[in-house]
Parts: sequence; structure tokens; C-alpha cells
Amino acid sequence: MRIAIVDESASRAAVIGEGLAALDDCELFVVTERRGLVARIAGIDPDIVLMDLGNPSRDVLEEYFAVSRALARPIAMFVDQSDDEALAASIDAGVSSYVVDGLAPHRIRPILDLAVRRFNAFARLQADLAEAQGKLAERETVDAAKRILMDSRRITEPQAYAELRKAAMNQGKRIAEIAEAVVTAHKLMGGI
Amino acid sequence: MGRDLGELTIGFLPLVDACLPILAREHGFAEAEGLSLRLVKDMSWATVLDRLLYGHSDAAHLVAPLAIATTLGRGRPAAALSVPFVLGLNGNAITFASALADRVCPPGVLGEPNAVGAALAVVAQERKAAGERLRLGVVHRYSSHNYMLRYWLAACGIRPDEDIEIVTVAPPFCADALEAGEVDGICVGEPWNSVAVERGAGRIVLASAQIWRRGVEKVLAWREPVLADKREPAEALVRALVAAGRHFVNPEHWDANAAILARPEYLDGSAELIRRAISDRLLLACGGEPVHFADFMFQYREAANFPWVSQAEWLYTQMVRWEHTHFSPDEARRAARVFRPDVYRSALLGTGEPLPGASSKVEGSLTGLTAVGTQQGKITLESNSFFDGIAFDPADLEGYLRLLP
Repeated sequence: MRIAIVDESASRAAVIGEGLAALDDCELFVVTERRGLVARIAGIDPDIVLMDLGNPSRDVLEEYFAVSRALARPIAMFVDQSDDEALAASIDAGVSSYVVDGLAPHRIRPILDLAVRRFNAFARLQADLAEAQGKLAERETVDAAKRILMDSRRITEPQAYAELRKAAMNQGKRIAEIAEAVVTAHKLMGGI
Repeated sequence: MGRDLGELTIGFLPLVDACLPILAREHGFAEAEGLSLRLVKDMSWATVLDRLLYGHSDAAHLVAPLAIATTLGRGRPAAALSVPFVLGLNGNAITFASALADRVCPPGVLGEPNAVGAALAVVAQERKAAGERLRLGVVHRYSSHNYMLRYWLAACGIRPDEDIEIVTVAPPFCADALEAGEVDGICVGEPWNSVAVERGAGRIVLASAQIWRRGVEKVLAWREPVLADKREPAEALVRALVAAGRHFVNPEHWDANAAILARPEYLDGSAELIRRAISDRLLLACGGEPVHFADFMFQYREAANFPWVSQAEWLYTQMVRWEHTHFSPDEARRAARVFRPDVYRSALLGTGEPLPGASSKVEGSLTGLTAVGTQQGKITLESNSFFDGIAFDPADLEGYLRLLP
């Protein structure tokens, strides 16, 4: 089976592709470039097209599929009415799928399920990355707050950290929030 | 006021005519009706529609013909949609690559539709004979852009799909496609014509309001069962959107509203270009001065948001016309039912907003000011004609189709 993955995010396309590569009897084509998209898809002549919901070219591709209905291998959005839940899951995951007419649902479903899982996995990866970046930023803020306390109150680094921790415990807040407040106050008072 | 009607999620595409839901949220008109609005931005109509059909959104900013196509099951299994509110009339323009524009339209002004069409017919035949048909881009197969463009071309003796090609181009890529020569012209909403003009990729030659003076454009679409379930908040939303429309057309608010719409979470674009569209001013060519074109966008006056059943029926005739399918009385009835004046009336009954007495009208029959019968308030309609002078009588859809080329 020929599967085209259309995604402007090359890294996500790679994550999806990697998952689908494990399938037997499937040839994968990854399309990340917008220009010439329709010609590229026509050249690939896929059985299944997977496309991320955020892709601005979806309407263009759907138009092409609608027009190509006159051609030998009409393609339509995959809508398996017997299983609305599966389709809802794919919309939740952010992937739309188009399938050549006549493919049996039992051949398509494992591929779509896998694609949905890979889309979700990619979304989790991104969330983890955002969280890691957030933590890094927090650590920098805590360091900056410690330096402000060390300079203004002439205390050591462990003492400065202890002060932040004490304030956090007393106010029922996170250390990062107290540090943020110290840094903001310092800026307002004319510090850098 | 007073009741908490909960949260409604509304899908939209980043276009100037997504303004009313955005302003209803930003200026507290929704809140005053007890509603909290969550707006979800997408980049294609296909995704806006998917979210609506699979419950990610309660209602959506949608190109009007797509609401009808979805109800009739074009391209996917039928799902009945309901439109209790029209988000606006017109607001689109036709922009040609500069070399083509120079051949069909005098510089510095919007063209005259018949004259531009006649000149374009000559170019179209030349290009067809050379084996390189003219190619025009529209934003969606089921868009008012597609139907208005085709209406104009056909009336000027140019046969879409035969003499010229019409393809779909995503709005954010319209300027790119013009610049790269992938298309010779585009019919798109603002700010995308202006973006193409600013980049020197083309020149605006016509406004859609020159083709049909009061053409239906975007609508607020719901799934029929969801509208029935959430009837009370849906009616509150109609009132909030009317308040937003009144605010939107007031010149005092143009600067502030353009700045809001330009924000990254909404259109993520230039406040200057957006302000031009909402003040009915268009920069036709790079380096020129903007010209004023009255009612380029039409969001409030003359009960503009009233979902006339005749508008839905006109859209259905165009669907039959361009899909070359047979007219079906059953489909016509289902298409007509998509527009829900009953919900609009019930939402605004007893408020100061005027309500027409009828739910359907002959479209394009008015050439001057006409006072119309109302259920409440006063309504005076201005000219609503099609550029070729043909009127659309919803009493005889098939007869109308026979009149058209």
C-alpha cells in the first residue's frame, strides 16, 4: 500500500513515518513542501493520504480529490460511519485521512489507528519539551532571585535559597513563583 | 442579563469577516448575554468543518455554500447544519496579476464589471488558443467566492472550466500563488487581496459587491441537533453578534477594532490593512492611494445578518449550475431549511433591532431605496442588484436556472 504523509512539520512527519515504517507491505512518502503539492500527490498515486489538521492546504487537496473523482482512482475523506468514535479520535489527534475508493476498512483501520497513536505521541513529545523548557526558564529565574538576595542582603547562596524556600512555604506558593516576584520587584525598584 | 449560559466554542479562519464573534468576545457583548466565548482558529475550511462536525466547536464561521453542501452530503456523508445568523455580506475582491490587470482594467480605479469581463473574454480566448488557459484561484469549491466569480464570468461570455480554469488556493498563499505565476488572478476575502497588492503581486480589479450588491458571504453555522440542544445560548449569541455588528460599523471604533483583529491569536496581520477593509477603503495597486468603495463589507445595516431563505436557495441554484447536476426539489427544500430566520426572530423579538416581515425575498430586484414590511422596527433596503440586472425569484428556481447562461 502506498501511503502519503502530508505535513508541513518535517519532524512530526518523521515521527509518523517511523511508526508506519513498521507495517508490512507499505511504502511511505513524506511531503512537507507546499509548492507543487497536488502534482506531487498525483505522482505518488497513493492509496492513503494522511494530513495534519493544521495544514492550510487541506482545502486545496480536497478540491483535487473531488475533481479526480472522474479519474481511475477516486479518493475521498475516510469516513467510516460504522465507527464514529475512531474518526473522532483522529480529529482529536489532529490528523485527517483520505483513502482511495474501494479499500476495505479492515485494511485501513490499523494504519489509521497507528497514525493516530503517532500523532498523539508527537503531541506528548512536544508537551514534554515545552515543560522542560519551562523548567529551564524557572531555574534561571531562581538563580537570578538568589543573586539579588545575595547582593542586597549580603548572604550566601544557600542562605538565599533558604529564604526563598521559607517564603514559598509560608505563602503556599512554589519557589519559582516567589523567585519571579523577587525579580519583578527588583526590576520595579530600579535594578536590572 | 443575569443568567449564566456557559461557554460556547466557535471555530474561525483568520479573515476580516470573522470580526463579529471576535468583537463579541473582546468587547463583552457575549458576557453581557451570560455567555463565555472560546474562539478556535484554524487554517482551512475543512478543519473548521471537522471540528464542528466532531464536537470540538459548537458553531463556526463558515463560507455559506459549504453549510449547504454539508447538509446535502457533498463530498462526505450528509450532516444537517443550521444557520441562524449571517456574519456578513460581500467583502471579497478579485485581484489579477499586474500584466493581466493592465490589459482588462484602467489604472487607479475599480473596473466596471461588464467592461472588465469583455476584455477578459478576449484574453481568455487568446490563452485558450495558445494552450495555456487562464487560471483563477478561489478559496474553496463551496465558497461564495467561487459562485460569484463564476456568475460574473459566465454572464460575460466566459465559460468556467472550459475557457478558463478555476482552482482552489488557500487564502494565506494567494499572494504567493500570484507572484509565482501559479494563478493569473484570485478571488479572496480581506486582508489577502491587500497583502498581494502590498507585495506588488497584483492589482485589485473588482469588488464582489460589484457583482451582487448584497451577496451573502460568511455565516454562523451549527449542527442542527446542537442548535436544538443549546437554543437558549444560541439565541443569546445572536444578540451578542448583533451588538458586535453595531459596534463594528461605527467609524469611532475602527482603529481599536482593527488593532484587536490584528492580534496574533486572531488574524495575526497588519492593523493598517484590516482597518482599510473595515472602512471600505481599498488600495488597488502598490504605491497608489486607497479608494473608497461604499459597502465593500456589509455587517449590520438593513438587517444584513438576517438569514433570508432566498439566499440559501440562490446558493443551491448555483451549486446545481456548476456541478452540472439535476435540480432536485427535495434537495432545494433541504438547502432552504439550512437558513433559520425563526431562530433569528425569536432571539431578537422585543429588542430594538428591526425584523423583516417576510423570510424570503426576490434577490436583486431593488435598484433604489425601498421600505419593506417588518415584524418590528423599520427597514429600508438599498439596491441589491446583480450586475447583469437579472433578479432571482425564489418562487421559481428552475425557471431562474433556465435564464442563466
